[in-house]
Amino acid sequence: MSTTGFNSQNGAGGGQAYANGPSQNPVALQQPPGVGYGMTHQAPYNLMQPKAPMPPGPGLYHSGPYQPVPPVSSYQSSPPVSSYQAPPGQPLLTRPPMGGPLPHTPPQSASPSPGPRMPPAQATPPPPAVSSNSYYPNAQQQQPPMAHAWQYGTAPPPMGAPPPMNTPSGGPVANHVNLPASSTAPPQSSTAYSSPPQGPVSHNATQPPGPGMPPTSLHGYTHPGTAPPPMNPMPPHTYQPGRPPYGPPPTGPPPTMKPAPPPTGPPMGSATPPPPKADGTMAGNGPQTPNTYNHVDNKMAGPPQSGPPGRQLGHYPSLPPGYQNTSAPPSSASPMHPPMPTATQPYTQAPQPYQQPSAGPGPAQLSPSLAALSLQSSTPEALRVVNLLQERNLLPPGPIPAPTPCLPQDLQKINCNPEVFRSTLTSIPQTQSLLNKAKLPLGLLLHPFKDLSQLPVVTSSTIVRCRSCRTYINPFVSFLDQRRWKCNLCYRVNDVPEEFMYNPVSRSYGEPHKRPEVQNATIEFIAPSEYMLRPPQPAVYLFVLDVSHNAVETGYLNMVCQSLLDNINALPGDSRTKIGFITFDSTIHFYNLQEGLSQPQMLIVSDIEDIFLPTPDSLLVNLSECKELVQDLLKSLPNLFEKTMETQSALGPALQAAFKLLSPTGGRMSVFQTQLPNLGVGALKSREDPNQRASAKDIQHLSPATDFYKKLALDCSGQQVAVDLFLLSAQYCDLASLGCISRYSAGSVYYYPSYHHAHNPAQVERFQKDLKRYLTRKIGFEAVMRIRCTKGLSIHTFHGNFFVRSTDLLSLPNVNPDAGFAVQMSIEENLLDMQVVSFQAALLYTSSKGERRIRVHTMCLPVVNSLSDIFAGADVQAITGLLASMAVDRSVSASLSDARDAMTNAAIDSLASYRQSVLTIQQPGLLAPACLRLFPLYILALLKQKAFRTGTSTRLDDRVFAMCQLKYQPLAYLMLMIHPALYRVDDLTDEGALNINERTIPQPRVQQLSVEKLSREGAFLMDAGMVIYLWVGRNCNPNFLTQVLGVPNYTAVPQNLYLLPELDTAESQRTRAFIGWLRDQRPFFPTLHVIRDESQLKANFMQNMIEDRTESALSYYEFLLHLQQQISK
Amino acid sequence: CINVLLTRDILFLIVSIIAFDELKTDYKNPIDQCNTLNPTVEKVKKIKRVKIALKLVLPEYLIHFFFCVMFFCAAEWLTLSLNIPLLAYHVWRYMSRPVMSGPGLYDPTTIMNADILAYCQKEGWCKLAFYLLSFFYYLYGYEKPFVSSSFPLLSCLGISINII
Repeated sequence: MSTTGFNSQNGAGGGQAYANGPSQNPVALQQPPGVGYGMTHQAPYNLMQPKAPMPPGPGLYHSGPYQPVPPVSSYQSSPPVSSYQAPPGQPLLTRPPMGGPLPHTPPQSASPSPGPRMPPAQATPPPPAVSSNSYYPNAQQQQPPMAHAWQYGTAPPPMGAPPPMNTPSGGPVANHVNLPASSTAPPQSSTAYSSPPQGPVSHNATQPPGPGMPPTSLHGYTHPGTAPPPMNPMPPHTYQPGRPPYGPPPTGPPPTMKPAPPPTGPPMGSATPPPPKADGTMAGNGPQTPNTYNHVDNKMAGPPQSGPPGRQLGHYPSLPPGYQNTSAPPSSASPMHPPMPTATQPYTQAPQPYQQPSAGPGPAQLSPSLAALSLQSSTPEALRVVNLLQERNLLPPGPIPAPTPCLPQDLQKINCNPEVFRSTLTSIPQTQSLLNKAKLPLGLLLHPFKDLSQLPVVTSSTIVRCRSCRTYINPFVSFLDQRRWKCNLCYRVNDVPEEFMYNPVSRSYGEPHKRPEVQNATIEFIAPSEYMLRPPQPAVYLFVLDVSHNAVETGYLNMVCQSLLDNINALPGDSRTKIGFITFDSTIHFYNLQEGLSQPQMLIVSDIEDIFLPTPDSLLVNLSECKELVQDLLKSLPNLFEKTMETQSALGPALQAAFKLLSPTGGRMSVFQTQLPNLGVGALKSREDPNQRASAKDIQHLSPATDFYKKLALDCSGQQVAVDLFLLSAQYCDLASLGCISRYSAGSVYYYPSYHHAHNPAQVERFQKDLKRYLTRKIGFEAVMRIRCTKGLSIHTFHGNFFVRSTDLLSLPNVNPDAGFAVQMSIEENLLDMQVVSFQAALLYTSSKGERRIRVHTMCLPVVNSLSDIFAGADVQAITGLLASMAVDRSVSASLSDARDAMTNAAIDSLASYRQSVLTIQQPGLLAPACLRLFPLYILALLKQKAFRTGTSTRLDDRVFAMCQLKYQPLAYLMLMIHPALYRVDDLTDEGALNINERTIPQPRVQQLSVEKLSREGAFLMDAGMVIYLWVGRNCNPNFLTQVLGVPNYTAVPQNLYLLPELDTAESQRTRAFIGWLRDQRPFFPTLHVIRDESQLKANFMQNMIEDRTESALSYYEFLLHLQQQISK
Repeated sequence: CINVLLTRDILFLIVSIIAFDELKTDYKNPIDQCNTLNPTVEKVKKIKRVKIALKLVLPEYLIHFFFCVMFFCAAEWLTLSLNIPLLAYHVWRYMSRPVMSGPGLYDPTTIMNADILAYCQKEGWCKLAFYLLSFFYYLYGYEKPFVSSSFPLLSCLGISINII
């Protein structure tokens, strides 16, 4: 059916018999209320932290000042050395017990705990002396995480002296955990592990105790209707190899599920009745919103020609039967509803467990009887069948959280944060043929160097690793006994080194499973000297500035110099930090900043054919020693070239010179370029034909014109130099060629089209904010990242900015906190005997303080053998992100239309596979599992994204930049670029608002991206990642105009408004708080544009209305019909 | 004499197969790898003498091309028709190589892609089989009178493999 799908593997459906249906699984997979990744804004990860400062068992090795702590779980109270041995009846303990004694364990989960020697369960927290342990102090967990909180070393951590127990009185001192009090320890080790507030991980926050989760085991059915099912707190050792695979546990409802709540905000021009309240009553009773699908669209659309998204398709009926504007009488509408069998696919409207408190009306619709009913459901919410043609309001009101893997609760609790490490399939298929059958891409999305506000840091003379595969010890290894551990990647049995027996957190001996390395899925090691090929390099920054006439015209030089002057003390580094400057037009200018000179000395090299360094020693200078000279230079630089008439640009030679300058040390090169380089090596020609911008034919010139930049980037990569490119140009600059310099040297690309200091204030503001972030963010030098995975899996392709050095090793001359990576995986050997697989990403880097550090993330995922489980574990956002990266590759290597076809086929194939293999009863309509219900929408959004759209005028550089972004941005920001969020903001209320830092942040619900949702009476905010639009309707509420925009009426709204006036009204404060909160969530600065009907940017705003039909692209409904047609073929 | 050249071809192929295997098993940096396989143009300063250090892939193509020309001249139509597909493949392969300033076929930034690496390895094995078959075909088809003289070549081949 699909010839151009992404899956090149030709799996001829291997005869893997897969069991369907629930299996006996005694492990309660749900998390206890409040235990899990995300409390909303209350330091999500700190929920796991009480594990680490766990009171030491009252064992033999207990030393130090404590009294034996009242044990909270059986493991604590067990007798000494063997204390973590399994209780009788459990032959082998495969992994350390760690989840037990959580202080916040709810009583209902603790009480039936069958621990043999368990004292009466107490929900009391551990003694305060323990929880205030400086290893994971709670001191800062209330504090909202701040983006720059990661600047370690700049100030002593705001904590008191470490508690006395942290200074080990005896035992191996060398192997102690780095204390925050020591000078090298970054404060992040002392703060709570809190991901940004309201991050997508924050599900579970209001999870009601019981009914949210269908019971996992069969005997769960014996508790019909009773409120919370008694959780089955089996100790974690239920998790043994040799046990039959725990099959398809229909548990742990992935959190993406959200039945469509009624839309707020009256859609324009049509009386859309709210969906029936009882849309969760029984099977298939989807909200029969008689929606105004197309008739509003046609206002937007020009000539109603329907361009095919990929394949040729016929003409679609403009009004779908179920969507007739005249609300169909129920009798005629009901045959449209698929006869969903209640027994197999019950529509369970559980109280939305993963909802945010502010989620609005969702849970309120639930009647108690329904709650009881949902307990009996056997199908996880993720597999609830959704007929996409019938159900329109599929968007959840808030951010979509990542699905939770179906892991035993104790494993899931310590699993890696999904913002850092995420898989497209949270259940890994057992065989490649099964994966091929599912037609979903398997891959990982990583954000390895993300700013974390709390990160355990370990200083250790020996870092414990597997002897054969070199995996770092992690929470998912199993301890065979106290002296041996089994690697979870290659299954080799290793010895536990003597030093590892001592636990510096509890200062006890003989508990290797309680070491922080085994308690945290994300951890950082301070590496000893074996991890250095050379002494750690200092932080070196080189700025290469375009000073041609064109560049001076834009006025960017002022901004760069001013930003550098402002932030020169905030540049990450230590006393060895070096800095240097090169400017270029048709010649290359060096600046001698050597100490002792009275003013900077400019040296001009005009021989660009054979570039050389005039004074190699004094061009890169120590920042602290020569700060005054540097400041002098920055002040004089903008004036120096004020009158220049030189229009040529010798970027290539300048880069060569910069490379020569940096190659002895390595470092970061920041290149600012404003025009097409046209002199010397690396000169480029304009390849863009403006007449072809809107062509629906294939887009040419997406691949580089020359390999000069790529070769130079590889040289740079070899010398640990990364090149960051800032492109500020109104004309075509051939980003496809220039971008290679950053792509292969692990740099980043910033693009400010039409930058001008006076004409484009929004760009100026964005440039300024981006520069500040760029200059002050954390940086890692001479980094490599290796991704290991359990034997049987292998890495297929990497996506991102780097150079692939080996099959699993990425060379990253610099690594920055805003870089994301994607990895395609394939299954080489069948994972038959495994219940779980693990992935480990280890990032070895030199911090700006000259420390060699290793950051290790480990993720554990279950292995399943049935197709329905694979679908139940699909993570639609991650799949979209990975598909976008694959499509970028495809459009460069093959063609854009090929990539578009492949994306469409990805949706068709997976839904067809779902229909054929998982659905037991064939129904009419376009059916998708609930977890993939947004998949067609996201695919359509990708097809209409700047990178892949055809037919709409798109500048080549814009397109290429969008492609760079798709490959390089971490998933959270990527999703906003693909599918912007639309909010109605003229009626913001404090209802359900967040409260962060004494500020109230209203939480309007996300609207669908369709013009029908807009209303002339309202004002709408569209958050598209890099840019935020505020669209003001013509008849907008005058209250909003006066109180928020500060103008008397609509016509007085200025054409170019980039800043909301700071008015002292409640409405203004709410709006600004909301926008500020949106901006705080990402490292870059989205500009705000206020748009009226006549604004030029209105076209951009409307192009983001991806559910509507445009001149050249299908509407969402047409796209769904197209999919349906292809599937039923 | 044909076999002398063919032997070289086989040697080149063996080396490149081994090289790809090294790459896969993480022994070698892809940049070095591609530098071994692609011909490198060394610009010697001042003298401006361009010295092309002949490396593995291009010579193999050239030798094969030379064979075809020779078969053409000798009007060996059957043998030529056996070799034409490979010649066409070589031309196609070289035309569709990644953007590169120098001559060469392999791009260090894409060579680590699992698909491309697997393709290169498979290509190497297939061509090795083809060359070996044609080696014996030429040996017994054309050089019957010289079997004795070309025998040392065989042992030479064996020795070279041992050396590698």
